[in-house]
Amino acid sequence: MTHVLLRHRDIPDINTLNVYKKNGGFDAFKRAVTKMKPTEVTDVVKNSGLRGRGGAGFPTGMKWAFIDNRNWPHYVVANADESEPGTFKDREIMEGNPFQFLEGVAIASYAIGANVAYVYLRGEFWQVAAFLDEKIAEMEEAGYLGNKLFGTDYSLKIYTHLGAGAYICGEETALLESLEGKRGQPRVRPPFPPSYGLYGKPTVINNVETLANVPMILANGADWYKSMGTADSAGVKIFSLSGRVRKPGNYELPFGATFRELIYEHGMGIQEGRSVKAIMPAGASSSLIVVDDKVLDTPMDYATVRTLGADLGSASVIVLDDTVDIDWVVNKTIHFFKHESCGKCTPCREGNYWMRHLTERIHSGGGSSGDVDLLLNVAKQMQGKCLCALGEFSTMAVVTGIERFPQDFKKA
Amino acid sequence: MSLEKKYPKEIKQILSKYPPEHKRSAVMPLLYLAQREEGYITKEAMKDIAHLLDITETDVASIVGFYTLYHDKREGKYRMQVCTDLPCALRGADEFLENLCENLGIKVGETTEDGLVTLESVMCLAACDRAPMFQTQGPDGIKYHEYMTVDRTMELIEALKKAESEVEK
Amino acid sequence: MSKQVTITINGTQVTVPDGTLVVDAAKMAGIDIPVFCHHPKLEPVGMCRMCLVEIGRPMLDRNTGQVVMENGQPKIQFMPKLETACTNRVSEGMVVMTTSDKAMDGQKGTVEFLLTSHPLDCPVCDKGGECPLQNLTMQFGPGRSRFIYDEKLRLEKQVPLGELIWLDRERCIQCARCIRFQDEIAGEAVLGFDERGRNTQIVSLSDPGFDSVFSGNTTDICPVGALTTADFRFGARPWELKAQASICTQCPVGCNTTLNTRREAKAGGDIVVKRVMPRQNEEVNEIWLCDKGRFAHHYLESKKRLTRPMIRKDGKPTRASWDAATKLAADNFAKAKKDFVLLASGRLSNEDLFNLKSLADTAGGKAILYSDMGGGELTQLVGVGAGTNIGAMGKGDAILVIASDLYEEAPIWWLRVKQAADRGATLIVANPRETKLDRFARYTIRYAYGDEVKTVSSFGKKSKISDEFAKAKNAIVFFGSEGLGVNGVSALASSCASLLKESDHVGRPNNGLIGVWQRANDQGAFEIGFRPEANLAKALKGRAVYIVGADPAGDSPALAKALDGAKFVAVQDILETATTEIADVVFPAQAFTEREGTYVSGERRVQRFYAAVPVKGSSKPDFAITSMIAKQMGIILEGTSPSVVFDILANSIDAFNELNYERLAEVRGQWPIVGRGDLYYGGTTYENTQGLGVQLVPMAQVMGTVRIPKVRKEAALRPKEKELLAVPVNKLYDLGATVRSAELLGGRIGEATIFLHSSTAKKLGVEEGKPAKISFGGVSVEAVVKFDDTISTGVALAPRSMGIPIREPVVSKVK
Ligand SMILES: Cc1cc2nc3c(=O)[nH]c(=O)nc-3n(C[C@H](O)[C@H](O)[C@H](O)COP(=O)(O)O)c2cc1C
Ligand code: SF4
Ligand code: FES
Repeated sequence: MTHVLLRHRDIPDINTLNVYKKNGGFDAFKRAVTKMKPTEVTDVVKNSGLRGRGGAGFPTGMKWAFIDNRNWPHYVVANADESEPGTFKDREIMEGNPFQFLEGVAIASYAIGANVAYVYLRGEFWQVAAFLDEKIAEMEEAGYLGNKLFGTDYSLKIYTHLGAGAYICGEETALLESLEGKRGQPRVRPPFPPSYGLYGKPTVINNVETLANVPMILANGADWYKSMGTADSAGVKIFSLSGRVRKPGNYELPFGATFRELIYEHGMGIQEGRSVKAIMPAGASSSLIVVDDKVLDTPMDYATVRTLGADLGSASVIVLDDTVDIDWVVNKTIHFFKHESCGKCTPCREGNYWMRHLTERIHSGGGSSGDVDLLLNVAKQMQGKCLCALGEFSTMAVVTGIERFPQDFKKA
Repeated sequence: MSLEKKYPKEIKQILSKYPPEHKRSAVMPLLYLAQREEGYITKEAMKDIAHLLDITETDVASIVGFYTLYHDKREGKYRMQVCTDLPCALRGADEFLENLCENLGIKVGETTEDGLVTLESVMCLAACDRAPMFQTQGPDGIKYHEYMTVDRTMELIEALKKAESEVEK
Repeated sequence: MSKQVTITINGTQVTVPDGTLVVDAAKMAGIDIPVFCHHPKLEPVGMCRMCLVEIGRPMLDRNTGQVVMENGQPKIQFMPKLETACTNRVSEGMVVMTTSDKAMDGQKGTVEFLLTSHPLDCPVCDKGGECPLQNLTMQFGPGRSRFIYDEKLRLEKQVPLGELIWLDRERCIQCARCIRFQDEIAGEAVLGFDERGRNTQIVSLSDPGFDSVFSGNTTDICPVGALTTADFRFGARPWELKAQASICTQCPVGCNTTLNTRREAKAGGDIVVKRVMPRQNEEVNEIWLCDKGRFAHHYLESKKRLTRPMIRKDGKPTRASWDAATKLAADNFAKAKKDFVLLASGRLSNEDLFNLKSLADTAGGKAILYSDMGGGELTQLVGVGAGTNIGAMGKGDAILVIASDLYEEAPIWWLRVKQAADRGATLIVANPRETKLDRFARYTIRYAYGDEVKTVSSFGKKSKISDEFAKAKNAIVFFGSEGLGVNGVSALASSCASLLKESDHVGRPNNGLIGVWQRANDQGAFEIGFRPEANLAKALKGRAVYIVGADPAGDSPALAKALDGAKFVAVQDILETATTEIADVVFPAQAFTEREGTYVSGERRVQRFYAAVPVKGSSKPDFAITSMIAKQMGIILEGTSPSVVFDILANSIDAFNELNYERLAEVRGQWPIVGRGDLYYGGTTYENTQGLGVQLVPMAQVMGTVRIPKVRKEAALRPKEKELLAVPVNKLYDLGATVRSAELLGGRIGEATIFLHSSTAKKLGVEEGKPAKISFGGVSVEAVVKFDDTISTGVALAPRSMGIPIREPVVSKVK
């Protein structure tokens, strides 16, 4: 199959400007700016059925259409914070196929009338940022960025901005705070970024993968894109496969591919003599799915995965085999969330601190029988009460771990 | 010397990315700049940045405190930050770190005697398929090292040592 | 008026302005929703999650956009999750449930979460008894902790954030109220959070620590005992304290205060003021107080308090009876006839000043106001209109501040002007040097010392600034005494008055002139007829002088010399001073905390203060002492009841017509509602139950129009080639008698300092940080040199009341 996003796997050196151009690069952007009205661009994206790849799966075209046209300037921010444990797809796009992503940023900017766009990268992507800076400079040189593009009045600048080690900055409003030079703590929503975003101005925030789809959609049409995937989830998705599989890595598949296909065909299965015990389809913030044959044959799209009692999220599939203790997994995830809780709201700040004590004690075998009940109770007490989704995320493995794998919590 | 005097060009370039009325946005890149030489951010540097951006030192310190890649204390010249988060741990990251500790004769959070390397355990670095892995944070920024073994890591440290002694000469 | 909407809270219908936060709407309806991070004066952040409630909204039909009806009622759709009442705004038809099982469950959960990290040291906590967390724990908290005690977070318990405010890290619940107050309201972001998650902690990196004159307010709004004042911590338990309404006497703003008093073993069993708290007056200080007002009260218990009359006999001060002492003064005043001079300061109440003025008038003497500022007769004409509230000014309005450093001279005005600018008012700051207000100004004007009048006159010419000022819906001008003496200030005030009149900004609320006076009741003194004197030494020399509430001998060697040559000196004060030392007779006066009276603020609001603590020794209120002296001279003045003195005053001075103590004690409902049982909402600020005061109506408002009297133009002093002009500036924490006894403030008072442009210093051969000698008018004092390159060359700035006896610009020498 030829890739839509991971095109560097098919076309060597597509991360150089010439090769990218030769393969149709920037045609879509040029056509948009010179031949299409911004709303027409948005309409194509709307019709393609593209949904956000950052985790929430919100329809991208609809988000662009929400932009408040009474308040200017507008901004586009690309979310390249990629910090969910188990997610490593955006980095590959940016390193392998950077121009397609940047062209996506440019098209989104044109569609909402932004003249400045920022790419917010997690601080650890220091080298990626330096690489993107080179690519942006090349685009400026070649006239794809800068003033009066393609002889029109439209101008655009793209800048990179490095975070500095905070998972929460992937949350869009925390990201904006961070970009404004503040502590990366989420804002109360509403208002949402399309009406009140960067510097209080209307802003569209999209994930790197989401944006990388856009040039291809514009080039090949909404119907082409919709022809891939499922009715619920159009197009292709990069699945980051990790954990106990033989060949972890990124795999670009149409929505609707099954877990079995991903794990056994692409991931080459798991170690001899072991079986898949559980799957976390959305990284550390995922619910734990008890795996059986039926689960393995479930098509992966947003709606269907939900029927398994989990969210597909950013499709970071972590595979756990039968040698893995779920209380250990839960302890690991809570360690992560306690470390990453920003501290702004009480339930997340205190709840994770409390949960970490309990999971540590339970995992080390020192817990009392009441500790598991208390842990479950604390997690449920957090649910639905936090300021942002991180607090919610931190409870998922705890609640589903205890409820779906009770035997792993019996040693207390 | 103040940051402003030392890096006028870099500062100008950084500030040019953001609207002048929102120059506070430059605080993060400026902190990286300030951290470049000593591996941590001094009180004076915070003051300089506060002054440059028209915010308070407390504002700056509050940002340094929030983000894990900024440091306000001197430690090893290179920070070796091993990911031991769930996906990496599923691929042996914990054992890797343990062995590394033994080889280096230090515990997690400690620095080698020569002050060259501080060993740290960190959260997911988005390289889960290439575990064991770590990043080095040093004067030349942050670099990834993937599919690592203890032997290859020790070689890397040796190379850093060698480069260091050459610079000194 | 804004649109009103009707919502239902716990079954009760309430109509409130559209856009009101649910938590505030509930408050208006008398329903308390528990909160920690929400404060009605701060922007909503929704971070503590205490205010979780169920919110339902009328369901809209997707296709028609019409409200879906069910049984004749709009169908209400409830959100699946609890929502924060502090971030959601009301909308028509909203239904809120704050005490449903689900809501209570959420609220209980938050209290339990907060207690997982909070120490249980209520019995030794200063906040105990007025602690929102303690109260809400009683209401919602679990009977037993499910968390293991040994795993509780251990943190530092006694961290000075500066010398005024202490932090207990364990008690902090990360509500960020303190940080947000400093950032949003005070505009000084000197507090911040360090680290994140459960490690989140309050820090301050400023130098000096917690560098803000508003720091004390954070202890009022901190909902736990995390922030306490160095002054009060471990001082008393809240329930042992009595509360009495008062007015702050430290500056012309006239902040409403509550004095908390208690009998104190350390004070020999006396009842003393333990702390000064803000008392709500939304048109004056809202619910805030500056640190000077909060912490400088210790002079009231100073060992230097005068407690009995003294007469100088054979050169030595000797105890005397009230009768003998008043007789001695009366005889000398009578004898002096036209040479009787009365020098009083704006530290005195209206009642005191009125009796003094009556005495001077009847005895044919002269009444002088002890001040470096003139112009009070102009604020009577075109002062701000009755009904003025800077808190209501914003977009479309303009404020000009000239020759004043409001931050140092009247902090709460600074705060309110800054907030008006935040709301969009055009703020113009005109001053020869940079001040803290500049940061918030749309326009800053820098002029050279001496060019004040010229600067104001330039508003007459066309410019962007003058245009914006002229076109403003409302405009207020604050004028001060930076770099000016009595005549200079008079001239400046007159040009400001003309500017206001010509741009039609007089005679209406939120329009007019405000003097940034040196003392709390200078405005009252002007109303009563006192006037300052430019050449005070001349006015005192060879006269029989009655000095009340002032220390001229201490302030200036020239005045000390003049008094040396006086016929007779009677001094009436609360403290021993350099002037009482040279007096022929000394009368001990009661402090304002020991008696009743009224002051007129700079915005011309007449406000009452009440007796809070018992009288010291045989001291008497000033007006009573004056009445005793008068009686010995055969002049009858009311001497027992301050309210009667006030009635007489009101009868004889037009502006006060129809005012009386009862009217001044009237209160109206104010928003936000603070100081009730639910301290978690507004903080420990006191509700105002003893009077909001009444603003005087300026002549321009009574008459519709006024004539601004021309001020004789006098040549202003300007720095000349080869000359150094010393100019006075004002400082908040100075060595004034009512500040220096507060040990806590000692570090912030500092030492005598002069400010020079670095190139001026170079020319003079003096170094930064080193002492130099400054000499003028025959005196010579030492002061430390500091550089300030925002001022012009050829001038030396000398703070008033810091050991340099400067009243007005003078040619000087610095070596
Ligand atoms: C705690 C948290 C972390 C998140 N991290 C990321 C991230 O690393 N990358 C990302 O693209 N979106 C992340 N998101 C989702 C963003 O908030 C946002 O929904 C997304 O960037 C929108 O882009 P999309 O519509 O293209 O998906 C995170 C959300 C939360 C609550
Ligand atoms: S010190 Fe008090 S006001 Fe400040 S964050 Fe902590 S609890 Fe809130
Ligand atoms: S979240 Fe509403 S009061 Fe704190």
